[in-house]
Amino acid sequence: MNLVDMVEDKQLRKDLDPFNVGDTVKIHVIIREGDKERTQIFQGVVISKRGAGMKASFTVRKVSFGIGVERVFPAHSKMIRKIEVVRKANVRRAKLYYLRDLKGKAARLKEDQG
Amino acid sequence: MVEGLIGKKIGMTQQFDDAGNVIPITILKAGPCTVIQMKTVEKDGYVAVQLGFVEERGVRKPLKPQIGHFKRSGVPVVRKLQEVGCSDPAAVKEGDQILVDIFEVGETIHVVGTSKGKGFAGVVKRHHFAGGGASHGSMFHRAPGSIGASSYPSRVVKGMRMGGHMGDERVTVRKLKVVATDKDNNLLLVKGAVPGAKGGYVLIKKGTFVSPRAK
Repeated sequence: MNLVDMVEDKQLRKDLDPFNVGDTVKIHVIIREGDKERTQIFQGVVISKRGAGMKASFTVRKVSFGIGVERVFPAHSKMIRKIEVVRKANVRRAKLYYLRDLKGKAARLKEDQG
Repeated sequence: MVEGLIGKKIGMTQQFDDAGNVIPITILKAGPCTVIQMKTVEKDGYVAVQLGFVEERGVRKPLKPQIGHFKRSGVPVVRKLQEVGCSDPAAVKEGDQILVDIFEVGETIHVVGTSKGKGFAGVVKRHHFAGGGASHGSMFHRAPGSIGASSYPSRVVKGMRMGGHMGDERVTVRKLKVVATDKDNNLLLVKGAVPGAKGGYVLIKKGTFVSPRAK
């Protein structure tokens, strides 16, 4: 193992559930307000995963009140409390950017029956 | 107390601080170093410590004078020697091993390295000149423009910024913070970037040390 990987290995969030592009996930994000701490849930479809090691991140897209919202999370961030996989989907690409141009029925993904 | 170490740049990564912010990290292999020679006021006119950076591979075919120089410290001939300051010369002797634990987490350090060579660079890259427009019939792209007046002074003033060799020079980055130390693997984690390519030698100096000569 090279030294960069060795340093990163201690920081990686191996406790988080694995997920794939296309999955619908609930991200429990820690929000700090002053000295108070609460959890906010961001639910949406993972449309992209990029990078490796500590630099990895993923993008979650949801449609909120008719407006598309995308949020990029560092995959090993301390601010993620938990990741829940709500639904697995069968997709044929690594990046689902085409979902940005679709809405309603067309923006559905085929469920992965396993 | 030895006030610095020789290190090697391993690479960069990132970590998260307690607030969840991303901080850039440079990983340095710092030490193990051995004191090869003490510089004393009586003999050399100043106080310093000559450190040798002990690596897995030393010098394959050392020269006889080199072997003699390394004899008293009891280590094989190393590739990299460097003098660093010393605040308490009485406590250090030749052959002593200096490890990363001279640095504490949160401490300020200065890192000296050799920057990446850029070859012969033009004024846009070397001096951040703006250059001209790329299109719309602009015939001025990356040229330096005027370098002075004509018959008076009939010469180019000294220090005029022009193209030339860039990089591959000694660069000091001051006031970097130590994020973590790892004594088992001789690693020093520093916040921010450090000059030079991966595998390049760097000199890591304590931020608090002031050379007696500078006082």
